[in-house]
Amino acid sequence: MSPRRLLATARRVLTQVANDRRTIALVLIVPIVLETLLRLIYNDNRSVFNSVGLPMLGIFPLVMMFLIASISTLRERTRGTLERLMVMPLSKAEFILGYSLAFSVVAIVQAVLVSLVALGPLGLQAAGSHWLIIFVAAINGLLGMSMGLFVSSYAKSEFHAVQFMPAIVMPQFLLCGLLVPRGHMQTLLRWASDVLPLSYAVDAMHTLSAQVSTMGTNFWNSILIVVLFLAASLILGASSLRRSAD
Amino acid sequence: MRVEGLKIVRQNKKILSDISFSVKKGQIIGLFGPSGAGKTTLIRSIIGLQNFHHGQITVIGLPAGSLALRSQLGYMSQNEGFYTDLTVQENLEFFASILNAAQKQVSALLSELKLSDYRHQLVENLSGGQQARVSLAIALLGSPQMLFLDEPTVGLDPVLRRDLWDYFRQLAGNGVTMLISSHVMEEAANCDEVLLLRRGRILDYGPVGQLLKQAGAKTMDEAFLKIVEAKR
Repeated sequence: MSPRRLLATARRVLTQVANDRRTIALVLIVPIVLETLLRLIYNDNRSVFNSVGLPMLGIFPLVMMFLIASISTLRERTRGTLERLMVMPLSKAEFILGYSLAFSVVAIVQAVLVSLVALGPLGLQAAGSHWLIIFVAAINGLLGMSMGLFVSSYAKSEFHAVQFMPAIVMPQFLLCGLLVPRGHMQTLLRWASDVLPLSYAVDAMHTLSAQVSTMGTNFWNSILIVVLFLAASLILGASSLRRSAD
Repeated sequence: MRVEGLKIVRQNKKILSDISFSVKKGQIIGLFGPSGAGKTTLIRSIIGLQNFHHGQITVIGLPAGSLALRSQLGYMSQNEGFYTDLTVQENLEFFASILNAAQKQVSALLSELKLSDYRHQLVENLSGGQQARVSLAIALLGSPQMLFLDEPTVGLDPVLRRDLWDYFRQLAGNGVTMLISSHVMEEAANCDEVLLLRRGRILDYGPVGQLLKQAGAKTMDEAFLKIVEAKR
């Protein structure tokens, strides 16, 4: 593992993002617009906004980083740059961790902005520390990124990669406990919910909420589970990179 | 570099069979043949991107795909192989740091390949010829001992093609060994040795003059057709 090659990769990915002003605008502004919309929808029912708006701060980064990561690695495959890197002395771990580092920066900036707007002008009420909220939002961004990196190896075109978003993220969204509390789900659904990473990310957000009863979930336990999912999906992502083909 | 008895079968279809040849240092080997002949697969096998179960490939004394070879081979594929959303210079600087090549080589290559004027432009805004030179520049980073260029001149205008071949000759003069594929037979005149490939087999291998003489042909196109006829 060479820090030079890892940092070069991270720097290169960030330069690509920085060169594309429209992507920056979309990544940073869309979550804020959506969170504002949520606040307006629940204008007369602030307690609903407080209970839904908080987990949403984590779900926006997850969805967007999933898409950005899966499309960018797919491009590396289809445009011959990954192949070129694979004949150079770059290891798979350096490639994946370089991406992770770059997208962590993007996820953190995104999470900070949307959280500040939500907790400030939008008046989102939370019991937990604002730092922890930003932390969970950024971890969610990374979770989305790691899932995106992994599934992109099953996509042959950008069309496939985009379709993976509803296929992989939507079920997790439905089962994460935001629409129906996880404790109230039927047994089978509860089991499905238990094995999906987003459930724990939302659990973690709920422990920071002033509105939702946490039913004994521990913040750091939930975070630990999310981090384990993240690590597993990064390892799967790295092993899905092929240096040579059959 | 030596290839011995290389055979590649994919989904019961023979992609390459009985491929054996060797290359001396500082030579330009032209890999010619129609599309689908197996030129790209052969190049990919030698640089370690294609698995093979039959035969042996040795490059600079090491088996194909060795870790130690990775910084000594330059490769330019038919795919873009660069980041269109980075500038020319950003592309070269990135690949230079992956290869641990000196950053001053970036400026040297930019001027050698006449890219200095576009160094701060995004690659997506360049013409096809400029993009081909960016890809070549990346392949040359780290001063590799061997270069593998897959159709480097395809779609380029005659002036640029001639300039590139002149440049390849200059590199060979510095001891760089090159395997260059093309399906334009007339470019064979620029090579030291020509390897004619068709349907995954070597039709002929030797210096251009010898191939022309043996086939009794005036041009490489004619020679290729005559050799194909003779093998039937």
